[in-house]
Amino acid sequence: MSAAHTQRAKLRAGRDGTVSWYEASARTRVRLLLDAGSFLEFIGPEMREVSPHLRVFDLPEQFDDGIVVGRGSLDGSPVFIAAQEGHFMGGAFGEVHGAKLTGLLRAARDIKSIPVLILFDTGGVRLQEANAGELAIAEIVRAVIEARSAGVKVIGLIGGRSGCYGGGGLIAGCSSALAVSAQGRIAVSGPEVIETNRGVEEFDSRDRALVWRTMGGKHRRLLGGADAFVDDTVQDFRDAALELLRSAGDFGIDTLKAEQSRLEERLQLFGTCPDAVDIWKAEGVPDADAIPALPADQFISLADKVRRISRDAR
Amino acid sequence: MEDLSFSHKARQRAVGTKNMAIIGVVASGNLEVLAERVLPDTECLVEIKTAAEGFGDVWDAVVADFVERTSPGGLKFSINDGGARPDTVSLRLAQAVRLMEEDDQ
Amino acid sequence: MTLDEMLASLFPDGHDVRNDHSVLLGSGPLRTGGRALVIGIADRAAVGADEAIRLSSYVLSSIENGSGPILVIVDSDSQRMSKRQELLGLNEYLAHVAKCLIYADMHGRPTIGILYGHSAAGAFLATALATRVLVGLPGADPVVMDLPSMAKVTKLSIEVLEEKAKSTAVFAPGLRNLAQTGAVHITWDEAVPLVDQLEALLGDMPDARDRRDALGKERSGRLKAADIAERVRGLALQAR
Repeated sequence: MSAAHTQRAKLRAGRDGTVSWYEASARTRVRLLLDAGSFLEFIGPEMREVSPHLRVFDLPEQFDDGIVVGRGSLDGSPVFIAAQEGHFMGGAFGEVHGAKLTGLLRAARDIKSIPVLILFDTGGVRLQEANAGELAIAEIVRAVIEARSAGVKVIGLIGGRSGCYGGGGLIAGCSSALAVSAQGRIAVSGPEVIETNRGVEEFDSRDRALVWRTMGGKHRRLLGGADAFVDDTVQDFRDAALELLRSAGDFGIDTLKAEQSRLEERLQLFGTCPDAVDIWKAEGVPDADAIPALPADQFISLADKVRRISRDAR
Repeated sequence: MEDLSFSHKARQRAVGTKNMAIIGVVASGNLEVLAERVLPDTECLVEIKTAAEGFGDVWDAVVADFVERTSPGGLKFSINDGGARPDTVSLRLAQAVRLMEEDDQ
Repeated sequence: MTLDEMLASLFPDGHDVRNDHSVLLGSGPLRTGGRALVIGIADRAAVGADEAIRLSSYVLSSIENGSGPILVIVDSDSQRMSKRQELLGLNEYLAHVAKCLIYADMHGRPTIGILYGHSAAGAFLATALATRVLVGLPGADPVVMDLPSMAKVTKLSIEVLEEKAKSTAVFAPGLRNLAQTGAVHITWDEAVPLVDQLEALLGDMPDARDRRDALGKERSGRLKAADIAERVRGLALQAR
């Protein structure tokens, strides 16, 4: 093989769009999402900036503390990117992990012209560093709003094994727009936490269908809690990221007022619905019971008919 | 947690121009390997931090076998281990070397 | 200090803060002139979508109709934990409260959190932790992660956790740890009228830049966060 042929083959391989987002590591998602070879990492694993709080619990560290942050390009345009590794400590926010994202968002705020992609994959606060994790999330929330106020689009991509829970769910709710796959889940309290606190009658955490109806990507899309639903492939997430970067609205008092109306209306319309299926029926979804099994492309067409995406109310 | 370190002589330098590679994730049954091209051509070093204590002999054997098979001269491997089985360790080390063999783009 | 005692000490000349199903909404006069908007949660109530939507509404309508500070007074439980709350997208309601408070803070209505009781997790993030300055009253007990839950997950006893907590402020509950890590800026003195302490704070407000990580470093509660954030920010600025 010639050198040029090898190079082209590598680029094609690096851009294999059918790779499962869910199965991919954070690093693989970053590498395949961005334009080939464009990624420059900030404080990479060779810097060994590990958590100082895990040794005391006899827990292993990860060199990047479970988050990859840096800069690259998407279809030729610069982006900042942060990807959480959902398999390390459940993707949870610790002191160093959170600070990497805070710094990235503050840079975006200062530069104003480069958007931020956040690849969420998190159970929330890392309990061994609970106070530091919670504070990191509070600082990230602030930094997201400051960046958006400076005109920066912050796009969240959700489809990993840890979902987007706890404080991660709040950060997601502060983003300009969200893309979610069927595997993705967004919530504040996790299924086990609800069951532990309120009992199995309130929420059976082992009822996977219930978990996905209540917190999963399809419900979030139909409810308006996410803006785009995608199939579980890197290519689909890439296409959605590009589309959301193009279409996400500005942030200001009008956005907040529109969101207030949107959220008030949701309580009025669906506040007494006992289950997601009741919400979907109320929204006019034909054959609501078939939603969970519906293939991605059919679901996307259906969702586009049922609930138009609002670009100015998040 | 246990810290282990194994240094070996290697027959030859690990090919490639890449200076750093990372593979794997720290999770139950898994590990991450950070490879760095920082040593003289005939030396290699494997440093391990592991959550599973008391397996020094197993690591010794796995590392020795890996060095013998791949001869990763010049490379330092730093491992954070979440309790992986020996075959997973061997796999990750081999993956790390293959990544280092790529040309730096 | 009860809620009524605290409000009376903050506003000795009276106030119109009402407690409506544990959601506090109202205002009170400031010694320096003008009025402070007051919102909050009382009675250690859980914060769900139904509470959050009222808080955000009040803050939003105040942004263009007034110029005094906004006091966020908190004695809450965690976020309301139920199927219904997650079904309705609680994360958006809580995020919306935080967004409104932060927006207000950035646009002429500085926000001051006053933690006088409990708060935890998502409720804490949406209210007290979404303010520019967070004040603690003695006796406040903020909890991010409670030790019994932590003991269950880590399989370590509470005694062992308490022992570990002696050498680090990063995981155990309490006002002192939240102050040391930079979340709580100051703890007020219950023996001094709160109106005086509020006036002093208003006269010496920090600017609208988030310095909690720097505070955590100064107080040796979070030694890495400020530096890591600043390093990433610097690298990102250089990489253009």
